[in-house]
Amino acid sequence: MLKDLITPENANVFVGKLGDILEKAIDKPLGYAINWGRIWSLWPVHIETACCSVEFGAASSPRYDVERFGIIEAFGSLRQCDLIVVQGTITRKMAPRLRLVYDQMPEPKYVIAMGACAITGGLYFDSYNVLPGIDGVIPVDVYVPGCPPRPETLIQGCMLLQEKIKRMKARKFV
Amino acid sequence: MTTELPPGLALQKVDERIMTLNVGPQHPGSGHMRIIVQIDGDYIVACDPDPGYVHRGEEKMAEYRNYITNIPHLERPVIHDSCNILYPYVLGVEELLGIEVPERAKYIRVIASELNRCIYTMYWLAIYGIFLGHSTMFMWPAGDRELLIDLMEKMSGARVTHAHFVPGGVRNDLPPNFEDVCLRQVNYFEKRIKEYAAIFYDNPILIARTEKTGILSRQDAIRLGTTGSVLRASGVDYDLRKKEPYDVYDELDFQTNVLKEGDSYARSKVPWLDMMESCRIIRNALEKMPKSGSVRVKLKPNPKGGDDSVYKRVESGRGSLGCYIVSDKKPEPYRVKLSVGSFRNLIALPYLLKGEKLGNMPSVYWSLNYWPVEADR
Amino acid sequence: MMSEEKESIETTEKQTPADKKPAATKEVDLPAFEKGIADKIVAKFGEKTKVAFVKPDRVRINVDKENVHAVAEFIRDELNFDHAESVSGVDYPQDKEIEVVYHLGSYTDASLARQVLVLATRAPREENPIPGNDGTKLPSLRDIFYSVEFFEREVFEMLGVYFNGHPDNRRLLLPEDWADLPPLRKDFAIKGR
Repeated sequence: MLKDLITPENANVFVGKLGDILEKAIDKPLGYAINWGRIWSLWPVHIETACCSVEFGAASSPRYDVERFGIIEAFGSLRQCDLIVVQGTITRKMAPRLRLVYDQMPEPKYVIAMGACAITGGLYFDSYNVLPGIDGVIPVDVYVPGCPPRPETLIQGCMLLQEKIKRMKARKFV
Repeated sequence: MTTELPPGLALQKVDERIMTLNVGPQHPGSGHMRIIVQIDGDYIVACDPDPGYVHRGEEKMAEYRNYITNIPHLERPVIHDSCNILYPYVLGVEELLGIEVPERAKYIRVIASELNRCIYTMYWLAIYGIFLGHSTMFMWPAGDRELLIDLMEKMSGARVTHAHFVPGGVRNDLPPNFEDVCLRQVNYFEKRIKEYAAIFYDNPILIARTEKTGILSRQDAIRLGTTGSVLRASGVDYDLRKKEPYDVYDELDFQTNVLKEGDSYARSKVPWLDMMESCRIIRNALEKMPKSGSVRVKLKPNPKGGDDSVYKRVESGRGSLGCYIVSDKKPEPYRVKLSVGSFRNLIALPYLLKGEKLGNMPSVYWSLNYWPVEADR
Repeated sequence: MMSEEKESIETTEKQTPADKKPAATKEVDLPAFEKGIADKIVAKFGEKTKVAFVKPDRVRINVDKENVHAVAEFIRDELNFDHAESVSGVDYPQDKEIEVVYHLGSYTDASLARQVLVLATRAPREENPIPGNDGTKLPSLRDIFYSVEFFEREVFEMLGVYFNGHPDNRRLLLPEDWADLPPLRKDFAIKGR
């Protein structure tokens, strides 16, 4: 009977539903373990938006080595990523692209706003082409201030995010 | 989810064989820009660079700030080369206001700008390594540039955005014992970058991937108005530090590096050779620098320029960097225009990529010594 | 080189008639080589060009928009300036004009390596601009100096100056849906200022 119900067209719907049911079932007992897994494998999207990307690059350099905290160097496809580090100014041209990237990422996803420009517009508060912060585009989890933030600050921001994930429900979105 | 895409995001279909690809702005091989390439199989038929993702209106903002408060935001386009991007602006303001800079400040400026050139080039080299999938080449330069960042941090107090140059000199004097530390770090740095030849420049895989790709001939380099390492890799000996020496470059001992091939390999090699010359300049400047003296001329608050315009240019990490300032007897400049090397080199990209394989795109693109944030301003 | 004292005796563009060059006032101070460049252009075009200033390494020529193409061609062919360093637009609302300034340099001629020739021309300015469809037009120099291509596109979007004969007058840096005034015009006020 199950065989008749599942066709190649709707197979992925069934798998998704099954995943939902499973997740709900194991949320209570195993939520901590799931979150633990998420904490140590945060993959940022490779999207550079402005000059803070220099310090983001420096954070994964040998001296700061952000990988030892489980935040892997930005690489690979955005379908496998669960973190956007918005590296600086979002201009009016970049904003729809940023939203598009965010929409294409799988749940759960987290956002770090890096630098004063991403938080409030910063130095470019009166520029005609810069958004006053990214809150209007995507929801932000952690704000990392600085212009640009030192790599240590970015690492601390990532650790704060890990703290936050630890306290989240494993099943974040219903 | 939106059903209708905003303008510029939709792909257009050209013909049966030819496919349009958007490379960027979210792509490991694009940086902060989009390159629209049309490919026929594996070969690029046409290429249309689409910069502007970091266009922040620096030139408009400069009209609302006075000559001194313009400094912090004008260095943001290239924060890892911030001394060099401020240099023409500061020189121009000095000419407008008629300020003579103390001798020691000139030497400090030269040292700072050469250190910054190395910091910039190392970051560029690290990203070039990433573009070619050479992870060691990311780790080595990204680690070694911290040495020089430490020096700049000692000198100015900030890791990357120094805002160290001001009209009339530099913001503050060198810290005590700086000369010895600088000499030691620079000597070690030079030893390190010579080792890059073994893993990167003599690497047969790199040579196979970059040699004879994206060849820019001498005539075309001149015709397209390219600048900096792109120009020098095509056999034109043009370095503003030699040709139009500003501050104390005419008293220092160095040479320019010119390669004839004009391919991606030569373009990636020239900045590396330039770094060794930078080390030489720094050592030479440390030797010749006056050991004491003033480093800054005090300005009046809100200085006003005359009814005049100046165009000053310097050699930055990416080539000639010009600044055109128009003043109209007000504390704010009437117009500031930055003519940056990245923007000038971008014009060569569609030209070089035509007929190239798609796999060669990242290496050709990044060998243009291009920093998108600077090009967009 | 920088210690060379400033020898600029520029006069403002409007007060200087073409035949009365600034050289007439203080001849001793003018750098000879730069004056030679300016003299060559004036000898060829006479009334049509105005030498705005002659400073060390910088010569500025003001030209009407009808003659800018011919002057640029002369500068490339006879004076060996081979590329454009920068093209900037400056808005002058009080004159109802927009100035486009070409900074030209030379790679091939070693004696000109220090020189920057500033070629300025002016286009009429409209109060309510429709970029591309109003009178704010200039001839493009792209067929003479290939390197101005992206710069002229930038001037087009930033100031609304349409370049006749430019093959690719599209937007470059601004967002695709930009529907405001060209941002570098003086009457485009940024918020809060």
